[in-house]
Amino acid sequence: MSKVDLSINMGSLKLRNPLLLASGTVGYGNEISEFTNLNNIGGIVTKSLSLKPRKGNPPQRIVETPAGMLNAIGLANVGVEVFLKEKIPFLKKFDVPLICNIAASSVEEYVECTRILTSEDFIKAFEINVSCPNVKEGGLQFGNDASMVGKITEKVKAVTNKPVIIKLSPNVSYISEFAKAVKDNGGDAVSAINTLVGTSFDIRTKKPKIHNINGGLSGPAIKPIALAKVLEINRKVKIPVIGIGGIMNWKDVIEFMIVGASAVQLGTLNFIDPSAGGKIISELEDYCIKLGINKISDLTASYII
Amino acid sequence: MFIINSPVEESIKLDNEIYLLKIHCPEIASVIKPGQFLNIRVSATMYPLLRRPFSVCDVDGEFIYLMFNIFGEGTKILSRKHKGDLIDILGPLGNGFKLDDDFETAVIVAGGLGAAPFPFFTKMLSDKKGIYSFVGGRSEHDVITYKMQNVQTSTDDGTKGFKGTVIQLLENNFDKIKNKKVKIFGCGPNAMLRALKEFAIKNNLNCEVSTECAMACGFGICQGCPIESTVHPEKYYLVCKDGPIFNVKDVVI
Repeated sequence: MSKVDLSINMGSLKLRNPLLLASGTVGYGNEISEFTNLNNIGGIVTKSLSLKPRKGNPPQRIVETPAGMLNAIGLANVGVEVFLKEKIPFLKKFDVPLICNIAASSVEEYVECTRILTSEDFIKAFEINVSCPNVKEGGLQFGNDASMVGKITEKVKAVTNKPVIIKLSPNVSYISEFAKAVKDNGGDAVSAINTLVGTSFDIRTKKPKIHNINGGLSGPAIKPIALAKVLEINRKVKIPVIGIGGIMNWKDVIEFMIVGASAVQLGTLNFIDPSAGGKIISELEDYCIKLGINKISDLTASYII
Repeated sequence: MFIINSPVEESIKLDNEIYLLKIHCPEIASVIKPGQFLNIRVSATMYPLLRRPFSVCDVDGEFIYLMFNIFGEGTKILSRKHKGDLIDILGPLGNGFKLDDDFETAVIVAGGLGAAPFPFFTKMLSDKKGIYSFVGGRSEHDVITYKMQNVQTSTDDGTKGFKGTVIQLLENNFDKIKNKKVKIFGCGPNAMLRALKEFAIKNNLNCEVSTECAMACGFGICQGCPIESTVHPEKYYLVCKDGPIFNVKDVVI
């Protein structure tokens, strides 16, 4: 029996601890389960699922940058039907809250994916990836238009009783306006932040290092930005925040919680140390014991400014 | 698959700026197959951040050997490791060469550091099969023949062996091997692998190649290393998990 209460309640979503594994960094759980006991993890978020399978971008998809990496995978995934048929059975072997991340190119597709997946009891919540091009509106990202983010939240909530988390893009001036749109339309929480748009060029060939030209920057390089965005949301909008961005150790988790995160997600770190999740949870517990913290959730938004 | 910290036993510098790192790692030495690779974190700092893939060059008892040249920040750090330094290893990864096919003679075709997996490969095969090794490079310094057998070399500039590409060298020697039951094993730059694929298909030869692509995790979760598949054109193979060894017929190089 743990001496520290590590549990987190975000509305109807209850987690045994605040540590989730981020979408796109754990596939559908099978590979990472060789390194980390999923029964100890707060929750896992699937790779973005779309209505139909997506092949993704041609190589090169990844390049390392100082203290970070750029990726442009292109939402490669098996699609919702194959996920339900072939991927969920493996995950059901574990006692771990499963959050399905959904990507789409129209509002209707977000709704349809949610509608199909929500009947599966093992799925505990949805995380909506709004950093996708809106095909009907000329390819601009949904996540750059607060009214669109509000509309997606409302339409998705209408087809599921499960918690809906919107994963916000940091590539906006005021992320709190987007968090407000989520809250006003019935969203249960926001994840902040998705990757930052970046690029990298080869100075010899003068060509971009990744095929898509732009990629999403992740890793410790983005942590200060992510912390600032979480803090901004916390100070402007009353909505639970799942902090994401460059977490490398337990201290980073504490820092995200202090600035307002109720829970966090590990992303890039899973590529470097796929066993990190389990280790960080026990280190968080040690920290709480040492500081006499009985409930880890007391740390959320405990900043002193 | 393991994630382990294993101590360096010895860092050996070969004469042409090639390094060999001997690591005491019985866990991996006892299970790894030729052509599989390891994803190595060269330091616990934020830069370099990601692991780097290395093929295992040789295995000797409880020791494994990595072969590399100084290419970037990661390999520079690795070149400075000394006896006792711990190396953070994730592996073994990938599928490895298929050595149990129906063939009598292995024809190795290596370009530059593409020679890296072949000392171990040669050790595993030399008692059982005949081996021809064709090894090329741009110049004399790029030709690595460490622990290989029955070697012929080529250089683009003619400073060592045949002047021309290693595929031209292979074509020139094709008479020697064409009546044997051969399987070709290739590793090297993409231009070499493309020419090798063309040669293998033209002559209807069984041929496996070791492919490369930038990757982060090395075991399938980052989806960073796609390679076009001719078998399943609706999806990509992943170099790290479905490969890195592919039959040339199955992939677009």
